[in-house]
Amino acid sequence: MLRFLVRRTLGALVILLIVSMITYALFFAIPADPARLYCGKTCTPENLALIRHDMGFDHAWPVQYWNWLSTIFTGGTFNNVHCAAPCFGYSFAKQELVGGILLNRFPTTLSLTIGSAVIFLIVGIGTGMLAAHKQGKATDKIASSVSLLASSMQIYVAGPLALWALCYSTDLLDLPTYVPFTDNPIGWAGGLLVPWIVLSLIWTANYTRMTRSSMVEQLSEDYVRTARAKGMSGTSVFMRYAWRGAMGTIVTVFGIDLGVLLGGAIITETTFSLQGLGELAIHSFRDSDLSLLVGITVVAATLIVFFNIIVDAAYALIDPRIRLA
Amino acid sequence: MTTQAKPEEVSAGSGGTPFLSVRDLSVRFSTEDGVVRAVDNLSFDVAPGSTLGIVGESGSGKSVTNLAVLGLHNPDRTEITGSIKLDGQELVGASNRELEKLRGRKMSMIFQDPLTALSPFHTIGRQIGETYRKHTGASKKEARDRAIEMLTRVGIPQPTSRVDDYPHQFSGGMRQRAMIAMSLVCDPKLVIADEPTTALDVTVQAQILDLLKDLQQEMGTAIILITHDLGVVARTAQDIMVMYAGRAVERGTVREVLKAPQHPYTWGLLSSMPSLTGDVNVPLKPVRGTPPSLINLPSGCPFHPRCDFREEVIGGGCTSERPPLSPATGHAAACHLKQVQRQDIFIDQIKPRLG
Repeated sequence: MLRFLVRRTLGALVILLIVSMITYALFFAIPADPARLYCGKTCTPENLALIRHDMGFDHAWPVQYWNWLSTIFTGGTFNNVHCAAPCFGYSFAKQELVGGILLNRFPTTLSLTIGSAVIFLIVGIGTGMLAAHKQGKATDKIASSVSLLASSMQIYVAGPLALWALCYSTDLLDLPTYVPFTDNPIGWAGGLLVPWIVLSLIWTANYTRMTRSSMVEQLSEDYVRTARAKGMSGTSVFMRYAWRGAMGTIVTVFGIDLGVLLGGAIITETTFSLQGLGELAIHSFRDSDLSLLVGITVVAATLIVFFNIIVDAAYALIDPRIRLA
Repeated sequence: MTTQAKPEEVSAGSGGTPFLSVRDLSVRFSTEDGVVRAVDNLSFDVAPGSTLGIVGESGSGKSVTNLAVLGLHNPDRTEITGSIKLDGQELVGASNRELEKLRGRKMSMIFQDPLTALSPFHTIGRQIGETYRKHTGASKKEARDRAIEMLTRVGIPQPTSRVDDYPHQFSGGMRQRAMIAMSLVCDPKLVIADEPTTALDVTVQAQILDLLKDLQQEMGTAIILITHDLGVVARTAQDIMVMYAGRAVERGTVREVLKAPQHPYTWGLLSSMPSLTGDVNVPLKPVRGTPPSLINLPSGCPFHPRCDFREEVIGGGCTSERPPLSPATGHAAACHLKQVQRQDIFIDQIKPRLG
């Protein structure tokens, strides 16, 4: 297990290095000059050169990349702001340290993810199992077609629709806002209820279909038939055998989805004006805010890589045939 | 004679009241292509402590019959008629709860491929012990002890440590031994072994068959052995039933059926089997053609399209009339050929080839 973790962590670091390098390279491949954006209307060549130097854009991109990388470990000072290691740079657009911005935004995305994940896991797996249990019957057909419908919905359709139906026209629920959980847990849940519902609606559908199909597959396995042949009850066969087998697929997909969701639900956050990582990503791109953009990319990539390792470790716990090395 | 065979009385082979008695069993599956008549009007008995070998090609209804005995078919898609009596209790139409209580306790099953038939997620000990706990209400500790005891009985070395292994840590032969241990854990009076040795190599095959035989003698279990290997039947069973297209075409004791087979299909099966003592220059003769579609069975005798002896039937009838399994007791075959003809054909044409 320890060997596995060490090996995978080293591998993850290599991946992150490559991801950040590609982000740098890509940024310089697009014809945008961030210095010009900050130079303003009365931009003289001297001013421009000065800003470029201040921001560090006067070096070739590999040098800049190296500077960014070494600053993580050594720290640095930007615009008279000291940035202690680990330092992920300074956003000139926001006049703030990247690390601070990310820490500010992450709780919103985390809350959005946790809430909807709880809903879509419970509802999705529950409905999927029900459909698998009633395979071929009316319940199954209804569940399958509703989830097909829901999964073909997009946030930008379902989001405004939900806002109109639940908030604007009926006042049933509060307009989406983010209140820190530690300040007011009820306000936290109330403020995020609509985004949770919308986000989990689409994900629930995916989990329903996935759970149903892997349960149906497991139920036709030989070992499930053996369990029935030795007199196990229907519930026990369903839960202890078939579900055990189906769990592997679901855990795998969920781990990766969790990484993706935590990296920022761009459209959801934009639709509901929530200040999370996804919304930040859009802004940093629009502002040609390189250090922020790289910061977000690295955070998102880290989350995905991290959950991949977790999934592999979890898989070994679920399936005794898998051995970690 | 009518085209539909009358309910046939079948001898219990070794005598006494049968432990399992199947009468006029039909199993039909509805599929998109039509109704599959997987088992049609089948009757047979198994006496306590005896072994019945069911032989036939793939799709002849061997496994379907036995899954019906255990009640493992999906009731939504399967129509089962007739009667299956286990120790006097009717199983056709019995509730799931009743069947659950019988499965694993009074009757159990050994499946063909122990790798896929054992759960990869649970230890061997747990899978054996679970059956025991379900039927006896034993504690976890007792179930584990019982599992170790069973593993010892089926000849697993170091059972106290192997009990905590997962199936993938066992070899093929050991897995099948574990499977046998699992099916025998509650001392069932009927064990259905569905091709228990097909997935194993020949030396292990012999060990497993010997093990089954020993355990049978020790515990007085009746065994239904499903196989397509006549050699396996010859060394383990007392009675044979040859199945074709969901029906019994020949039935009798092992000696009767293997020494003096009466049905052209049985002849075909025997001719297609290599003999160690036979002449190497005589080519093996497979049964020509392929098994019929169970949705669209040939009229009359379902074997007639593949039969080499149709012309010899006096007055025809092969394509129009389904021959019943006769006589009602003892060695019987479902064929329009006269008893004397069958004997003559076997002695003159078939026997010389068998070597």
